[in-house]
Amino acid sequence: MTELKEGLSESWTEIIQPRKNLLDLRLKELWRYRDLVLMFVRRDFVANYKQTILGPAWFFIQPLLTSLTYILIFGRLAKLSTDGLPMILFYLAGVTIWNYFSETLNKTATVFKDNAQIFGKVYFPRLSMPFSIVLSNLVRFVIQFMLFLLVLIWYLFGKNNVHPNLYILLTPVLVFLMGLLALGLGMVISALTTKYRDLIFLLTFGIQLLMFATPVIYPLSSVKGPFQWVIQANPMSAIVEAFRYAYLGSGMFSWYSLGISAGVTVLILLAGTLVFNRVEKSFTDVV
Amino acid sequence: MSRTIIKVEDVGKLYKLGEIGTGTISHDLNRWWARVRGKDDPVSKIGEQNDRTIKGKQDWVWALKNINFEVNAGDVLGIIGRNGAGKSTLLKILSKVTSPSSGQIKINGRIASLLEVGTGFHPELTGRENIFLNGAILGMSKNEIRSKFDEIVDFAGVERYIDTPVKRYSSGMYVRLAFAVAAFLEPEILIIDEVLAVGDAEFQKKCLGRMKDVSSNDGRTVLFVSHNMSAIQSLCTKALYLKNGSVQSMGRVDDVMMDYLASMRTGESGYVRKAPPSQLYISKIEVRNELGSVVNEFSHSESVIFEFSVCKEKGMTGDQRLIVIVQDQLLRKIFANEINIENGTYTLKLDGRILSKGAYSLNCILYTPAVTQYDFIEECCNFNIIDTDESFAHLEGFDYGVVINKGKWEKIL
Repeated sequence: MTELKEGLSESWTEIIQPRKNLLDLRLKELWRYRDLVLMFVRRDFVANYKQTILGPAWFFIQPLLTSLTYILIFGRLAKLSTDGLPMILFYLAGVTIWNYFSETLNKTATVFKDNAQIFGKVYFPRLSMPFSIVLSNLVRFVIQFMLFLLVLIWYLFGKNNVHPNLYILLTPVLVFLMGLLALGLGMVISALTTKYRDLIFLLTFGIQLLMFATPVIYPLSSVKGPFQWVIQANPMSAIVEAFRYAYLGSGMFSWYSLGISAGVTVLILLAGTLVFNRVEKSFTDVV
Repeated sequence: MSRTIIKVEDVGKLYKLGEIGTGTISHDLNRWWARVRGKDDPVSKIGEQNDRTIKGKQDWVWALKNINFEVNAGDVLGIIGRNGAGKSTLLKILSKVTSPSSGQIKINGRIASLLEVGTGFHPELTGRENIFLNGAILGMSKNEIRSKFDEIVDFAGVERYIDTPVKRYSSGMYVRLAFAVAAFLEPEILIIDEVLAVGDAEFQKKCLGRMKDVSSNDGRTVLFVSHNMSAIQSLCTKALYLKNGSVQSMGRVDDVMMDYLASMRTGESGYVRKAPPSQLYISKIEVRNELGSVVNEFSHSESVIFEFSVCKEKGMTGDQRLIVIVQDQLLRKIFANEINIENGTYTLKLDGRILSKGAYSLNCILYTPAVTQYDFIEECCNFNIIDTDESFAHLEGFDYGVVINKGKWEKIL
């Protein structure tokens, strides 16, 4: 009550305190710094392809090369099923969405370590960094998605087993879910990596493993036996399958598993926010 | 008349010493359990005062403790104190880079802090792009930066290179550009940490001038940490003296600075020999000022007096000499003074206005030329010359040598 009295005589625009509300994302503050978020996005783009000959063409080359590698190894050598779809289309679909997810996760997970220098010297809402990562990967995703659409249209003219359908309308939802999932998971990991650096070494490996636990290089329908539940428990599985079902017309789509994915995403995002807020205030003394 | 713009209440900051992350899980759990039960953090009770001269027993140290002060709008507050007194920690807390362990700070207005110039500069981006990026990091909106862009470029003097990646810049250009962005920030409160120790003398003058503008013309509040006493004296309206993590004094600049300089003058110095190494040795050296008190900080104009006690065994004959070599902090020898000695006490006086600001020490050798060396004391009697003299203020951060020589200029044509 005494504080209330003081508060009447003086008004403060800000109070710095040791502890704060862990669930408060302070989105209002983030909005004030929106120019900064856009700056970071811009920086990521411009800086990435400076002094390269092909420049932004790498946006297209990367997924194409990855898909070609997958065709060679998983398609031709290992002879994994592609649900009767043209291989390039099948893998390109998987690679495009998986890249978005994994890049966002990877960058978000090391956000404190990568930016310790800046964070230690100047204050801005720390969340603007993960947000900018999600956004800049989103832009990249959109560009690569265009490539996928071009290849898709090419195959639509031929006689192929490709059937895009109305579920395409779900695309924004799927992308949004993926972004949030990567953000949430990344924030959880970022908090852990600041204190226990060991996790950074595990991260690359973990993401690789997660890819194999997601139907990226194989259709969900081909998974039988004891591992099925592992793959279905993975919230990314439903998203990847739904995406492929919408655009290529094959795969397993279920509202039920997509709903569970959404639920898990929300939970992870909540946990991520909590942990991120906690670490944010003390990490400059730790990193 | 003027309202309070910053109010610091009981602020403290606790740091853990040593490695972080090893063997701390039980510690973490212990602290967490205490918090869950709503008790005080068990660690915060045992933390020691931040005094590096005493070797503490505990792993936790209060870098700051019980800090209380207020700043009014329009004040320019200079924060002074020795290295490690907590100045930078205080600025970090004020600029929200790290949070306090206890207490709270109430603020009225937007804060921009400049703990380093060029934070977030990306080497691959051009000068133009970096101005926008750095400005945004410091809290400016795109439009604000756009409206100041020409002024910034002009102030930094890099117009020709504005579309070149900053990795191609000379380090001077880089720093000038970085400071220029910060100089045109327009927050109500500006926090600056010793960034003026960069760039050439001319640019530094420009920076100080700009800071003066910011505070006097625009009426903004500035918090400024520096070891440059003359900069503090000319810029600040108030000063805060931090010592071992707590506020020693606060008030008018001159009073606080006197307090600070006086406390710098006490402290251990000199040299004492415990076990005699040979028949001829130096048993004690003391560093004194002209008033005879033992100190190790001298202002530029003061004389430095060394007092040597030499023990020589009775019956020892021959030519024995003491040579004292003064060296700077890079261990470069500057000059030497020699004397023939007997048993007894000698003083050596270095006149003021000879050594420039910096840390110095002595090498003392007792010897007989071309025969033998009796005693050799390396790097002893550290003493500092502090520059309180206005006449060198414009050279701050610039290496103008160790010895000051008043050469004679004459215009002959």
